[in-house]
Amino acid sequence: MSVLVIAEHDNASIKGATLNTVTAAVACGGDVHVLVAGHNAGAAAQAAAQIAGVAKVIHADAASLAHGLAENVAAQVLAIAGNYSHILFAATASGKNVAPRVAAKLDVAQISDITKVVSQDTFERPIYAGNAIATVQSSDSVKVITVRTTGFDAAAATGGSAAVETAAAAADAGKSSYVGSEIAKNDRPELTAAKIIVSGGRALGSAEKFNEVITPLADKLGAAIGASRAAVDAGYAPNDLQVGQTGKIVAPQLYIAAGISGAIQHLAGMKDSKVIVAINKDPEAPIFSVADYGLEADLFTAVPELVKAL
Amino acid sequence: MKVLVPVKRVVDYNVKVRVKSDNTGVDIANVKMSMNPFDEIAVEEAVRLKEKGLVTEVIAVSCGVAQCQETLRTAMAIGADRAILVETDVELQPLAVAKLLKALVDKEQPSLIILGKQAIDDDANQTGQMLAALADLPQATNASKVELAADKVHVTREIDGGLETLALSLPAVITTDLRLNEPRYVTLPNIMKAKKKQLDTVKPEDLGVDVTPRLKTLKVTEPAKRGAGVKVADVAALVEKLKNEAKVI
Repeated sequence: MSVLVIAEHDNASIKGATLNTVTAAVACGGDVHVLVAGHNAGAAAQAAAQIAGVAKVIHADAASLAHGLAENVAAQVLAIAGNYSHILFAATASGKNVAPRVAAKLDVAQISDITKVVSQDTFERPIYAGNAIATVQSSDSVKVITVRTTGFDAAAATGGSAAVETAAAAADAGKSSYVGSEIAKNDRPELTAAKIIVSGGRALGSAEKFNEVITPLADKLGAAIGASRAAVDAGYAPNDLQVGQTGKIVAPQLYIAAGISGAIQHLAGMKDSKVIVAINKDPEAPIFSVADYGLEADLFTAVPELVKAL
Repeated sequence: MKVLVPVKRVVDYNVKVRVKSDNTGVDIANVKMSMNPFDEIAVEEAVRLKEKGLVTEVIAVSCGVAQCQETLRTAMAIGADRAILVETDVELQPLAVAKLLKALVDKEQPSLIILGKQAIDDDANQTGQMLAALADLPQATNASKVELAADKVHVTREIDGGLETLALSLPAVITTDLRLNEPRYVTLPNIMKAKKKQLDTVKPEDLGVDVTPRLKTLKVTEPAKRGAGVKVADVAALVEKLKNEAKVI
């Protein structure tokens, strides 16, 4: 019995989410193999071979795999799926895009966003925006799973010495093509992997104020910046900073929520943070019900004061 | 060009659900139900494409209990032309829904299928992708912009680092993200008109689909509660707590 992990990578290196997924794979039992499908992704395959706990890396390289199109990546996974009892993806935008396609072709249910491996066929996953935890058992022969990365520790990125095997690339499905992308420039820690996150909400009032107030605090703490849906919808912060049920799920050591009321959908994305600090002038704001430390104050005075005090 | 829009009846997004004391599920008796928010965005997008003259017919579909008719009436009040209910009391999981939808896609031959990216109850984010796989169609998930041309659709997707644009050949499957549009409010005259629109009911057996659940839910529990927090008086006290008590900075 072996477990296959689909690596997330940028062709040169392996993304952090894959390391958490490898830990979940080890918990499923058996040999852990990693598939690196991409274009000119030799360096990423080498990096995958270094991950502790990985027994084998399968490297498929073709121009059709360059942009991770779901149709082509799913075909690549299906080409080797026959050898595995479990197929794991990170529950990231790309993992969620491909995994259900693989599951449907194998005619098995997919188990989304697992936070715990109870046994080889039983898993825990949050439902209803994290307000309930379901324990589900799969009777399918192959378990296709996406892994909530904050639910598992990252495997060590070095120390492994897996063999890299080359696999034939699947043919291009030819029904979709990549046109272009617009990647937000960001030299801060990645939101989903950051140890500290400073998040702003609607109360900031404008994009200028958002930058003026939130950025210095994030700089001071070496933190990633997050935002509530209200702040994103109002254009104060870009979409990919949204934390919540429909945005990123984060669980940093410290989460500072400034001017965020704490709607169910926002809490779904951050309530597993180790320490939560809320700064809000409304004493009734629901965010105070999950905050370890609450400061009832105007964020426009409190946040700059906090920057000064650090 | 026909568009098929699957919609789901879910617990309203403002309701704070409670786990049943016997841990068999969440208590959804007597709570407010509504159309899944992402599906409203999907219906709105289909209706906008129709208003632009790019689409001739919008068909709303729902799978589940008889009360899903209300959800379909809402879709028709937004502007869907007719509706199909696949009625069953069996708990439907994404794979089963994808198979039911595949059967309807075969029958109706739509050029575009627009779904929500995920339902806010099971949070699965699977059905659109599974439908695309079963029907062998290209997919674009998490769409924030859709541009329809003669035989292609350009879709801008929300991905982890930003945005990505794909070109798909038609027919294609699209799932909506929050940023795609702002759904309109339904007006009373449109609600009245929706009552007269056609709503057909079929059974999974009629479509030849086995909807038996594949995943067994062993139990549903409350998430771990967070310990009660404290309110601090001022910034100095906050910094002191973070440094000495929580030791996170």
